Formats: sequence, structure tokens, C-alpha cells
Amino acid sequence: MRVGILFSGGKDSTFAAFLAKKNDYDISCLISVVSENPFSFMFHTPSISQISKQAESIGVPLIIEKTAGEKELELAALEKCIRTAVEKYSIEGVVTGAVESVYQASRIQKICNRLSIECFNPLWQKDQLELLDDLLKNGFDVIITGIAAFPLDESWLGRKIDRQFIGEVRSLSEKFKINPAGEGGEFESFVLDCPLFKRKLNVKDSRVVSFGEFHKVLEVVIE
Amino acid sequence: MILLVNTCAEKLHYFEFVRPVEDILRKNGFSFVTKHYSEISENDLSLADKVIICGTSLKDNQFLKDIKKFSWLRDFEKPVLGICAGMQLIGVLFGGKLKKKTEIGFFEEVFDRSFLGLSGKVQVYHLHNNFVDFSALDDFEVFSKGQIPQAVKHKKKSIFGVLFHPEVRQKSLISEFAGL
Repeated sequence: MRVGILFSGGKDSTFAAFLAKKNDYDISCLISVVSENPFSFMFHTPSISQISKQAESIGVPLIIEKTAGEKELELAALEKCIRTAVEKYSIEGVVTGAVESVYQASRIQKICNRLSIECFNPLWQKDQLELLDDLLKNGFDVIITGIAAFPLDESWLGRKIDRQFIGEVRSLSEKFKINPAGEGGEFESFVLDCPLFKRKLNVKDSRVVSFGEFHKVLEVVIE
Repeated sequence: MILLVNTCAEKLHYFEFVRPVEDILRKNGFSFVTKHYSEISENDLSLADKVIICGTSLKDNQFLKDIKKFSWLRDFEKPVLGICAGMQLIGVLFGGKLKKKTEIGFFEEVFDRSFLGLSGKVQVYHLHNNFVDFSALDDFEVFSKGQIPQAVKHKKKSIFGVLFHPEVRQKSLISEFAGL
């Protein structure tokens, strides 16, 4: 089956794409909505301008739609993107990286239902620590590009998801009830390498953009 | 041992509709084996203490086209829990008619009597385009109020059905059934 990946460049959508490929689905395109709202309810925003480099490394076309990031208008942009993917690449399904968010998952389900295509959520309800562990087991190289929850501060930006990282978020989840895989928007990530990539990506430059003490984004420039 | 029945036509849907139920059983210490409905043998049914029939995607109705593969359900005497697609299968096999109704996302349902640990107002996750009108079936009692039946039980057998997806926000319902 030909599928489009609802792609943000972060760990969840990339791991969902990896599972689709591993299960013999044909990844026909990546679909991204670029929200100009850093508080977007639907879309992961940090470093999204760099996803074209990821698409290039995977070797599939990328469909991008820009949105001002107003709550329900974001959905119109997403539906437009998915419709384009259906028309241009004959996709029969969309794959998402939704884990816990019913808000996000149900809205994508409704769009796919209207367009009469399948909606795949292979990470749905997955244990978040298990998800982080699976990234390491499968050779994912992921950095943190956004933080938005106490007690995560600027020192977390640029960190790799490794064993030490998993140990620390496990402790923080017990102490502060944050979601260990950042499912509540506590942090955002960017994938530099994984089995889908034909070449590893390297960060050439980066800068921190601050929206508040505990809400910061690392804008990365890829070589 | 619990037999977990996968109703998905697409293998990527296993991760969304079957694996979350497996995770709940595993975390609560229940042993299980998962089989796709097309592979279930008489031996599987005789070895199982209970059966859980999982749901599938909005677009997938292949399980209804293959309903003969579920004919064993009519005479099965052990506890069965049908989730969404599983509930629809139970309804059709016991003479109910499939009707159209799309519900996607969180909905508040009211359980007027205790149903596998649920009672009163409960927020549940729906993902379906069809339902079976169990109120027209004499063998079943409906435990939910509202426009369409969301939770049912056979009057004489331990056959349960839920139209919502308990693996999302009512994980305890699955362990409650597994512990019967």
C-alpha cells in the first residue's frame, strides 16, 4: 500500500515511518504542515524548516503547507496537504506518530475518513519509555530541539536521546509527572539519522530562540 | 490463557488496535496468545480460557465480509469481549443489523448499571462508522444510555461487547474482563 507520512522531523513521526517501511508499506511522500505558531496544538514546530534535508536523505518527495497556526485553520491546511498527496502520489493511507493525543489523532482520523483513506497510528498508546528505548535499539540519532515544561531548561537543547537522557526523563516523570517521551509537548526532537536515511545529517549551526524561561527552541541549520 | 483475536486487514494496524491490548494484559500478568481471525483453529479455541476480539480501522470492514470465520462464536461457551469491530461481529452473528453512525474522538457515555467496572458518566474514545442495534436483540441487555448501544452483555452467556475503545482510557475494563 502507498502511504504518506505525516512528518514533523521529530522522533515519533520518523519512527512511525520506520515501522511502516519495516512492514513493507511504500512510503510515497512526506506530508508536513509548517505552523508559524510555536504553541500549535496540532504540529511540532521546532526545526521544521530543516525537514527538506530529512526528506532528501530518505529519498521521498515532501509536501509542505504553511499555516498561521490558528487552531482549526491548521486542520484545513493539513487536509489540503493530504488531499494533494492523494491526488499527486495516489496514497491510500496516512501514517502518523500520534501516541497519546486524542485531540491530534481524532482530527486526523476525521480527515482520512472524509477522504476515504486509511489512517495508521502505529505508536498509538505505546509506553513512552519503551518508545525511547526502541529508538536506541533501532539506531535512531535524535537531538532535543525544543523544551516547554519545568524543570527542563536551556541545557537540554541539543542533547542526544541516549541511555543517560532516558534515565533522567524517567526520574523527572516520577518527580514532576512530565511525559517521559515529551508527548505532552514537554520537549521536541529532531532526527539526524535512522535506518530510513541514506545519509546522516550534521548540524552546521544552531541558535536558541526563547519564548520564556521554560519554553525555548533550538533552531538548527543542517549541512 | 486468553486468545486475542486480530481483526485487522492491514498489518500496520496491529500496532494500533492489538498491541495496546496486549500491553494491558502483559502489564497485569495475564498470559495470552494473539492470532489473526483467519488463522484461528479449533485447538486455539479449546486452549483459550477467554477471548478478546480487538477492533480495527474506520475503513476496514474485511472482517464483516469474512464473518463465516467467526461462526464459532455462536456456540462458544467461554467469556468473550468484543471491542468495536468485535462488538459489531457479535451483534451480526446473533441476528442484529449493521447500521451507519460515525463517532470519532472523546464522547461522554452513561452506564446506568455497573459494566466491567464502569458506571455513571464516563469519557470514552470512539472510532467507528457502524454499530449494531442490540436493543432489538432479545438475547442481549444494553448497559449504556444514549442513542446507540455502547456496552452490551448476553443475558445467559459471558459475552460482552463495547463499541468504544477501552484500550485508550478504560484500560481497567480489559483487566477486569481478563480477571473474570
